[in-house]
Amino acid sequence: MMTGTHELGDYQTTPTLETFSFLPKLTQQEVEAQINYIIAQGWTPSIEHEHPSRAFNHYWTMWKLPFFGETSLDRVLDELEACRRSYPDHHVRLLGYDTYTQSQGVCFVVYEGRG
Amino acid sequence: MSNTYQAGVKEYREKYWTPDYVPLDTDLLACFKVTGQPGVPNEEVAAAVAAESSTGTWSTVWSEYLTDLEYYKGRAYRIEDVPGDPEAFYVFIAYPIDLFEEGSVVNVLTSLVGNVFGFKALRHLRLEDIRFPIAYIKTCMGPPSGIQVERDKMNKYGRPLLGATIKPKLGLSAKNYGRAVYECLRGGLDFTKDDENVNCQPFMRWQNRFEFVAEAVLKSQEETGERKGHYLNVTAADPEQMYERAEFAKELGQPIIMHDFLTAGFTANTGLAKWCRKNGMLLHIHRAMHGVIDRHPKHGIHFRVLAKCLRLSGGDHLHTGTVVGKLEGDRNATLGFVDQLRESFIPEDRARGIFFDQDWGSMPGVFAVASGGIHVWHMPALLAIFGDDAVFQFGGGTQGHPWGNAAGAAANRVALEACVKARNEGRELEREAKEILTEAARHSPELAIAMETWKEIKFEFDTIDKLDVK
Repeated sequence: MMTGTHELGDYQTTPTLETFSFLPKLTQQEVEAQINYIIAQGWTPSIEHEHPSRAFNHYWTMWKLPFFGETSLDRVLDELEACRRSYPDHHVRLLGYDTYTQSQGVCFVVYEGRG
Repeated sequence: MSNTYQAGVKEYREKYWTPDYVPLDTDLLACFKVTGQPGVPNEEVAAAVAAESSTGTWSTVWSEYLTDLEYYKGRAYRIEDVPGDPEAFYVFIAYPIDLFEEGSVVNVLTSLVGNVFGFKALRHLRLEDIRFPIAYIKTCMGPPSGIQVERDKMNKYGRPLLGATIKPKLGLSAKNYGRAVYECLRGGLDFTKDDENVNCQPFMRWQNRFEFVAEAVLKSQEETGERKGHYLNVTAADPEQMYERAEFAKELGQPIIMHDFLTAGFTANTGLAKWCRKNGMLLHIHRAMHGVIDRHPKHGIHFRVLAKCLRLSGGDHLHTGTVVGKLEGDRNATLGFVDQLRESFIPEDRARGIFFDQDWGSMPGVFAVASGGIHVWHMPALLAIFGDDAVFQFGGGTQGHPWGNAAGAAANRVALEACVKARNEGRELEREAKEILTEAARHSPELAIAMETWKEIKFEFDTIDKLDVK
């Protein structure tokens, strides 16, 4: 049976930023859980940022270098914060490099830039 | 073996049953499940399978004495009981690598599952597994891109990919079909798929479909800012038309095409995979006809063998069943061949139906595609079963949403991301499935409606082809 016209919703297309962008913005605690997951997997945390107008490109600008061997949640959080403060208009994403698969086991935008 | 020629019929086991043989690292090994005719000794049946699938024929011939058959012959080297089946037994056969043309799964299959399957001394015969030596694997190209390259190209990390087969599978005009694609992609899917039956029928010719779909892909990509694709089916009546369609997909700037590897055949598939490597296109592989070959527990070819052959022939995605949906698939057996698609070394594990250690070396991995009768309620189990390197395809489970395809796509995307996030937080997906989805639905009316729509649908039938376990 067709849904009655009055019951239909209008789904609006929204620009999204890949993984986790269909969830409500992650809370501080939720971001911490994902960082802990990266560290627990033995992956290398890394931060990238880019102006929203250029976000479709594969390459965003790296914040410093990937944090090889970093196992401190707090230090990763500090770097995220420092990156955001330096580039308040940019998207800031966190990734976890997996050397075995040569891929990223985690990658999501933590702060959305105003653009 | 004596060097004098004596015409006549010899017992196979004199030459082809060699229980003391230690297989070489370069041998291609096979395990068959054999059901012989009553009264024939197991060793004789085993030797007959080895002979008929390698150098032997029913009669001695003089020209055998011109070559060193000890070098070329296949050898039955082990027999084992099949747990729970008093009639059947496993036969292990070692084939010297030089019996096979390099880089040709066609040639391997023509020997191993050729005439021997019609052999009268056998009631049933099933090829359970093949151990391809690494020396042979290095002669095959394999997947055009593989999992890692596809993730990089499509910019999808840390989660499985989401797709949908466009429905109704037959009868839509090209423009209406492209509309259905656009709605799915703008709603949050990564991919949509041609149904395997869609080739170039009177209701929708391929050129028209490709053009409308290309617009849908490019527009949804611009509007969402995410990378999108549609598996354009290039399966055709002959290779010339297949390549013509593939070229046009590339011309339209599309990232991925699709092919049916069993109905079209391995020669066509390997050729297309090479074309994809050369042209930077991803290749999705459907498996129509597999049920004919692999479903009978005593006869045919197990799907794990077909999956291994596909990885060698080339494909970036392969349908594997869902375990939880509407199509047949035992969980452990499915995990066994999913490993064969994705991992670089898989140890023998009878509990998963793996009869041999298999070393794939540097061959790229293939995404496992779970498709058929799945909906949002299955998401936690799918992620727990398949992990990240999979494509989950919800056809009815996207387009059957009361608000339409875009809302259905969004519901699936929200459910998927909620499950990935929960897994990373250390939560147990299958046990906490309901809580995880219910929490996510609080922020997504699309998901809440999807959960309400499909809450009663289950596909609980017993698996026909079960693993042989004690």
